[in-house]
Amino acid sequence: MKELVVLSGKGGTGKTTIVGSFAALAKNKVLTDCDVDAADLHLLLQPKTVSTNEFWGGKTAVIDTKRCTRCGLCIDICRFGAISDEYAVDPISCEGCGFCYNVCPSDAIEMKDNLAGQWFISDTKYGPLVHARLGIAQENSGKLVATVRQKARELAQDKKIDLIISDGPPGIGCPVISSLSGSTLALLVTEPTLSGMHDLERVIGTCQHFGVPAAVCINKYDINEENTREIENNCERLGAKVISKIPFDNVVTEALVHGVPVVEYSKGKVSKEITKLWKITLKKL
Amino acid sequence: MIISVASGKGGTGKTLVATSLALALGKNVQLLDCDVEEPNAHIFIKPIIEISEPASIPVPQVDKSKCTFCGKCKEVCAFHAIAVLAEHVLVFPELCHGCGACSYLCPEDAISETDRRIGVVERGKSGDIDFIHGRLNVGEAMAPPLIRAVKKHIDRKRTVIIDVPPGTSCPVVESIEGSDFCVLVTEPTPFGLNDLTLAVEVVRKLGIPFGIVINRDGFGDNETEEFCKTNDIPILMRIPLDTEIARKYSRGIPLVQAMPRWKPKFKKLFDDIKEQTGARA
Repeated sequence: MKELVVLSGKGGTGKTTIVGSFAALAKNKVLTDCDVDAADLHLLLQPKTVSTNEFWGGKTAVIDTKRCTRCGLCIDICRFGAISDEYAVDPISCEGCGFCYNVCPSDAIEMKDNLAGQWFISDTKYGPLVHARLGIAQENSGKLVATVRQKARELAQDKKIDLIISDGPPGIGCPVISSLSGSTLALLVTEPTLSGMHDLERVIGTCQHFGVPAAVCINKYDINEENTREIENNCERLGAKVISKIPFDNVVTEALVHGVPVVEYSKGKVSKEITKLWKITLKKL
Repeated sequence: MIISVASGKGGTGKTLVATSLALALGKNVQLLDCDVEEPNAHIFIKPIIEISEPASIPVPQVDKSKCTFCGKCKEVCAFHAIAVLAEHVLVFPELCHGCGACSYLCPEDAISETDRRIGVVERGKSGDIDFIHGRLNVGEAMAPPLIRAVKKHIDRKRTVIIDVPPGTSCPVVESIEGSDFCVLVTEPTPFGLNDLTLAVEVVRKLGIPFGIVINRDGFGDNETEEFCKTNDIPILMRIPLDTEIARKYSRGIPLVQAMPRWKPKFKKLFDDIKEQTGARA
């Protein structure tokens, strides 16, 4: 099974635009959206949901005020400041560690499972899509990403498909690590801005840390060609090859407003370059 | 007053707004970059870093001579960060949240805590702006403890501006919590609006007053305007789609420096926020 994940470090560089177009270009694949806290891929793929499933992740402390003797021990030991002087637990601050539950002398604390989100299997005209929605302000995004990827693998095995293409989240933390681990290749989408360049180096480092080969695509490369050259040099030094340079074109936004992958909306320069990028990526997998 | 600048979707212009707001105010300002996974504000603010402190979380260290392998620590660890075998205790520090339950509850007093470094907090100055940011170590999963370490430096006597990471999960909540006002930066595209809707749910859940800045105004569609109108959300500022702004941004030049006519607009943004929160100068 080959697994491609598209990452970027910095947000808004064009991950979903590229994955949406890959969805239209690639044959026989399962798609996933691993950006579980701000998923957007469905806006391009117009999925029909086949199954909706609950995601239970983590626990929250609940204090039974009838049993509570207000001894204060739970407040003292909680390192996350989640219990107020009135013995109310702030579910957002509660880490679910259960320290309070374990020390309460009156057995007044219960640890309750959190319904932390949902995950879906959907049909799209491009093939099956596994996606998710983390509950607002919930934790455990990494665990939900792991669930999405696991379900995608199971689906691929059932349907005898040997390629999974994943749209990844921004950053380099928990959900990124969960999207990356065990992938065959990471395609890193960057832009020629100082921010994009700074973040690219950190995401390349993350790929290397987890032993996943990385290739780089510079989106909107002509916004600053001097920076583009610097990215090419830096990438060579860091051992991640630049395999594509996509020009800036408002047609990308137009396609997005129409809710279709850009390669299906236009036959222009951007679409040609993304088609070429897909062919190169496929060879690297 | 604490103003956080968030967005849901990445790349909409949080850092552009946060840095220009800080520079427009110029004095009595703290700028905190809480996007510890990918901090970018320093690129624009160019601070002179004066203090660099390691940030760490406490993880257990087991004294084998005292340990009786009773398994209590494994039993109380909600994160599966400790495994107890016949005559071994294995600690998985990267899974540990640093709650302290194991060391407190060990009946043999065999567990102490040691610091595991997850990143660094750097503090410095750029003109009269106090600058603080965190840099998470590459390969490190847990951002919230580092965000907490950055926010420890908040000085409530000043105007505090927080650059928030993208998304809607724990790092975002950790960054926004405690703010008096949240600016949500979006772009008028279906992606921007989808993620704005989620970000609005976050700030509503936290009970923080908020308003919108539309970046790259004039392209995309009108759905964002409609959404704000329908939901009675104030649009505080519009920054047009302008290749000149994009080029200057690509070189790390803050908007108010590239185009000084934006300075009064950001001052007005601040005044409008003050009015929205009912705070006094």
